[in-house]
Amino acid sequence: MITLPASSFSNAEDRARRLRREAGITMILGALLLGVFGLTLMLGQSYTPPGEVLRVLLGEEVPGAAFTVGQLRLPRAAMSILAGMSFGLAGVAFQIMLRNPLASPDIIGISSGASAAAVFAIVVLSLSGTAVSVFAVMAGLGVAMTIYALAFRDGVVGTRLILIGIGVSAMLDSFIAYVLLQAPEWTLQEALRWLTGSVNSVRLDQAAALAGSLFVFGGLLLSRTRELEALRLGDDSAAALGVNVTWTRITVIVAAVGLIAMATAVTGPIAFVAFLAGPIAVRILGPRASLLIPSALVGALLVLASDYVGQFLLPSRYPVGVVTGALGAPYLIYLIVRANRTGRSL
Amino acid sequence: MNPHSLSIEGISVRYGGPDILHALDLNVPAGKTTVIVGANACGKSTLLRAMSRLVTPHHGQVLLDGKAIHRMASRELARTLGLLPQSPLAPEGITVADLVGRGRAPHQGMFSRWTREDDKAVEHALEVTGTTALAERAIDELSGGQRQRVWIAMALAQQTDILLLDEPITFLDIRHQIEVLDLLAELNHVQGTMVVMVLHDLNLAARYADNLVAMVDGRIHAAGSVEQVLTRETIRAVFGVDSRIVSDPISGRPLMLPIGRHNNMLREDDDPVQVRIELEGDLA
Repeated sequence: MITLPASSFSNAEDRARRLRREAGITMILGALLLGVFGLTLMLGQSYTPPGEVLRVLLGEEVPGAAFTVGQLRLPRAAMSILAGMSFGLAGVAFQIMLRNPLASPDIIGISSGASAAAVFAIVVLSLSGTAVSVFAVMAGLGVAMTIYALAFRDGVVGTRLILIGIGVSAMLDSFIAYVLLQAPEWTLQEALRWLTGSVNSVRLDQAAALAGSLFVFGGLLLSRTRELEALRLGDDSAAALGVNVTWTRITVIVAAVGLIAMATAVTGPIAFVAFLAGPIAVRILGPRASLLIPSALVGALLVLASDYVGQFLLPSRYPVGVVTGALGAPYLIYLIVRANRTGRSL
Repeated sequence: MNPHSLSIEGISVRYGGPDILHALDLNVPAGKTTVIVGANACGKSTLLRAMSRLVTPHHGQVLLDGKAIHRMASRELARTLGLLPQSPLAPEGITVADLVGRGRAPHQGMFSRWTREDDKAVEHALEVTGTTALAERAIDELSGGQRQRVWIAMALAQQTDILLLDEPITFLDIRHQIEVLDLLAELNHVQGTMVVMVLHDLNLAARYADNLVAMVDGRIHAAGSVEQVLTRETIRAVFGVDSRIVSDPISGRPLMLPIGRHNNMLREDDDPVQVRIELEGDLA
């Protein structure tokens, strides 16, 4: 008989190594976000030196820079980060909960529902501000409950829910197009906001409202981190580990829909950010770890960088959703082709 | 000695359709290995799911130490009773140690930190299941037998006194089947863990069970020692198959030989005792 070397495995060391790596990568993502944020404040049609940007951020009146940085670039960058975080968090929460990368809110119609409600509230009911957000949140929850109910038969199977969601999404998108066509005074840019998402002409007070939503709903979601992690092992295993599956589902749906709808009410459904953020975070971090915070950071980076590309690096100006849409579509096709072959999940 | 008692009192379970379990009663003897057998779709898995609170009976109750499990806190139950479902899912690329560590979830509060005790539980679970050498490997790289041992390790890290397993050896080859069953037997003998599992292989069930439960159409047909339950009559009632029961020359327990329409050397009036003697003669 061969004697094997005595295996020395220390779980404490292994765990510490894993946690260190995750914390390191998450910090790099955070630093990257901060860096890109700084760059988008400095660079635009013209260059603003970092010193001037800093003075504007501190509230000083700097001639010229106060307008370009304070009025144009800052609201846009802040909104990009907040919306990106909201989409990233909500997307990965749904993907983990339903154990399928296709189950993100922008694929299964929740974003479209919030967007349709926002368009309806603005164009038909002439509402604005908080009322629009309330409409969007209610519609988002309504869509979530509808597809859940339609997909329910002896429990909810992810695939059925996704297919029904795609159908609902298509219906809602045509509703948005219909309402927009009834409002001929709208510009193409405004129409595009509700179809693919845009951070054009956002204001700082809108960013403040979204920060509040991120704090409340994002906090609620983060408080379910452990339960979400357990759900990745399947509903039965999670329940066997002492997780109340139904209650976790309800909490996660409310929090994620709240995030999606509040962001959508301001920026429109920025295409595929919710869908892309989680899978990108998995590629970067590996499958381990709570994916919530890294996905929020990736979502923010996606929107911030895509908006910059859409504004300055393309031959013509495009809203951010056009750029993220161009990134997301190939990945969607790749996922469907792969799912067809293996039937794997996130 | 394991102090826990698990008893089922008149539970009826359905998933929106007709009842799967019909007013079923069962006493699971403390500290023993109980194996549930029965034809496909007879409600074995549902019974196990009801015992671990994955389904709620619309009638009757499951009592753990005299307390109804449906009134216990989720985490409290998960510290006493563990379950390995039929097809557990692993997140892609997750390492063995990470997965096994997740078994510690019910021992951690909302704000409590991972402790030295958690590490010990994980290391012990890896060691007992012989998966220490695999600790840093990704789950998807493992063979079916290794993976099954890792899942059992996760259930062990949960450190429950009762372990429920739904067909733990179904997709394993014979060597890994024996390995897993031996492991569970040792767990039962050494730590006194009460094991309840669903198995398809009647002869392996006979080998490893202290207490055998045969189910038909959502009811208990027979329950008791292997000798009491594994009979020609039970096999015919439970599976609709004719058989002969001989003594297993390895374990001395009953061994069931099914009789099909082909390759059958028996005559109608053959005496099963005679058959056993002939078989033992062949082995000698």
